[in-house]
Amino acid sequence: MPVFKHPQILIASNLTDGEVLFLGPSGWERDHRRARVARSADEAAALEALGKRDISANRVVDVYLADVEIGSDGAPTPLHYREKMRVKGPSVRLDLGKQATGGAL
Amino acid sequence: MTAHDPEAMRRPNAPMTTYRYDEYDAAFVSERVAEFREQVRRRLSGALTEEEFRPFRLMNGLYLQLHAYMLRVAIPYGTLTARQMRRLADIAEKWDKGYGHFTTRQNLQYNWPKLVDTPDILESLADVEMHAIQTSGNCIRNVTADHFAGVAPDEIEDPRPTAEFLRQWSSLHSEFSFLPRKFKIAVTGAAHDRAAILVHDIGLRIVKNDTGEIGYQVVVGGGLGRSPFIGKVVGDFVPREDLLAFLEAILRVYNRFGRRDNKYKARVKILVHEKGIDEIRAAVEAEFAAMDRSAFAHDSEEFERIAAFFAPPPYDSLPATSASLRAAKLESPAFANFADVNVGAHKMPGYAIVTVSLKPIGGVPGDATSDQMRVLADASERFGFGELRVSHEQNIILPHVKQDDLLTLWRMLDAAGLATANAGLVSDIISCPGLDYCSLATARSIPIAQAISKRFSDMSRQRRIGKLGVKISGCINACGHHHVGAIGILGLEKKGQESYQITLGGDPTFSASIGEILGPGVTAEQVPDVVEHLVDYYLAEREEGEAFIDTWRRIGHARFKDVLRREGEDGADI
Repeated sequence: MPVFKHPQILIASNLTDGEVLFLGPSGWERDHRRARVARSADEAAALEALGKRDISANRVVDVYLADVEIGSDGAPTPLHYREKMRVKGPSVRLDLGKQATGGAL
Repeated sequence: MTAHDPEAMRRPNAPMTTYRYDEYDAAFVSERVAEFREQVRRRLSGALTEEEFRPFRLMNGLYLQLHAYMLRVAIPYGTLTARQMRRLADIAEKWDKGYGHFTTRQNLQYNWPKLVDTPDILESLADVEMHAIQTSGNCIRNVTADHFAGVAPDEIEDPRPTAEFLRQWSSLHSEFSFLPRKFKIAVTGAAHDRAAILVHDIGLRIVKNDTGEIGYQVVVGGGLGRSPFIGKVVGDFVPREDLLAFLEAILRVYNRFGRRDNKYKARVKILVHEKGIDEIRAAVEAEFAAMDRSAFAHDSEEFERIAAFFAPPPYDSLPATSASLRAAKLESPAFANFADVNVGAHKMPGYAIVTVSLKPIGGVPGDATSDQMRVLADASERFGFGELRVSHEQNIILPHVKQDDLLTLWRMLDAAGLATANAGLVSDIISCPGLDYCSLATARSIPIAQAISKRFSDMSRQRRIGKLGVKISGCINACGHHHVGAIGILGLEKKGQESYQITLGGDPTFSASIGEILGPGVTAEQVPDVVEHLVDYYLAEREEGEAFIDTWRRIGHARFKDVLRREGEDGADI
């Protein structure tokens, strides 16, 4: 098992439209700030298991864990710039993606 | 029947100089749409897992990218009718987000389609003789060609009949549906290479021998990506009669001996590099000699039938130069600038080839809105027999414009934000989508292109600099062709940050060369400074008539490297 260094969230793409989703306390969310945060390897494994369940249920595809940092408001923000991009949308078109509809900061 | 028969002309938006589907083409595309509709239905119902569905969607050009699905639509050899361009616009508006992205493979990509809508999109494309077949996967991809095909003064023969012949041969070719890796073919029929044939898996150059017979110089093993190579000549003069069989022999050798153990070593360029061109040539010739060539026997009637679709449109007889064009240029400096930079010579007196730049200053290279696509379709009908081309430089070409019409056309383009006079200049940047869209990318490329474009926003300065190919890729796969940029920029990840490696001296033409690395990577913020330093140094050193690449070749890579080292803070980060 890889060394657990940072809190993690589970990211996926919605099957029907490809939109980036985050596993929240009660299902998949569009807004990463509502993502459930794993703070240990066991919690991360539990998130992954839920992801596999929803892959099997044909809800989501391309599921993986991403490292995050927790802000003062308790909300997670991805550490890597690739996932920072996925949380918002294209940096060259602020009118597209989640950033266009207020789904992300 | 040819594309110019009165019967064909009566059809609304009838293609004038482009291939038109026959019953076989139409039936097979239509069946494919129905098949994919069923596959999508089964995927959504859960009957197919993602693992099972993935090859089916890729066979129909549908990828899953960073923010959404992406659909890659084939535009064979980059040729489009006005009707097709309008349909692309309509699809963008109805099922996407109102724009499309024209690519270096002369295709169009939609960045936001929903899986559930893709069967309808494909059906809508099929209605105008378009599809997304073989725009992905380990097969022979969309065949590309010189975007000035049929109109360039330096042309020996229009490459599009050959490209269409190859499209028909390669479409759903059962033996080559599971090659070791993807396979790209480009064709040119001109004295100057505008199709980058030396950096394709197979490059075809139409040539004429001493007896006046038309044939093909066949180049194999070129390519970019993580291991860039310039292609090597495998056949100096392959007669047209032997072309299909000869290509079949090459593909068979590749299919048999190409590596399948390592996807990074699976392209034909690696096979050619590892075996050497002499061994490959011997293997191809042996296969060619041994194979049953009857199945690939040249059908000259069929070739002529196809070629007839690309017959020249009904040009008017005009004087070689236009008095009204001369007057308009004197009247409007902005128009004169456009005419000087974006308008090229045409083989027919009184006509011109117009490059419509999809690179507005600070814009996203290759993007066009639905409205802009419609303006281009209208313009092609008003001024160019309803035909358009997509260039591998991510621009749109209007190939048959009367010189007398250029001013009116320019006003129309200008009103739509399509009159940027930078074709071939420093801001006419090839850029892949990079990490703004692509799941393979390791860094962004579009913002780098935008920053360079803004840095050189002064158009008179751009003209003083002259021809300069800047090409940017957001990862090592090199979709932005950075290896063959006179200035190439490769986005990578370095210690969790975006980092950009600069190369100099790349050239995609018959004098092809792969760029040499300038030094360690720089930050995104530093890239425009580096480019500007390089350009300033070139301007200081160039001799009369030299383009950037000429000066670089004359004075050498080391001196460019040295000047940057001196101008960097300590040289360490440049």
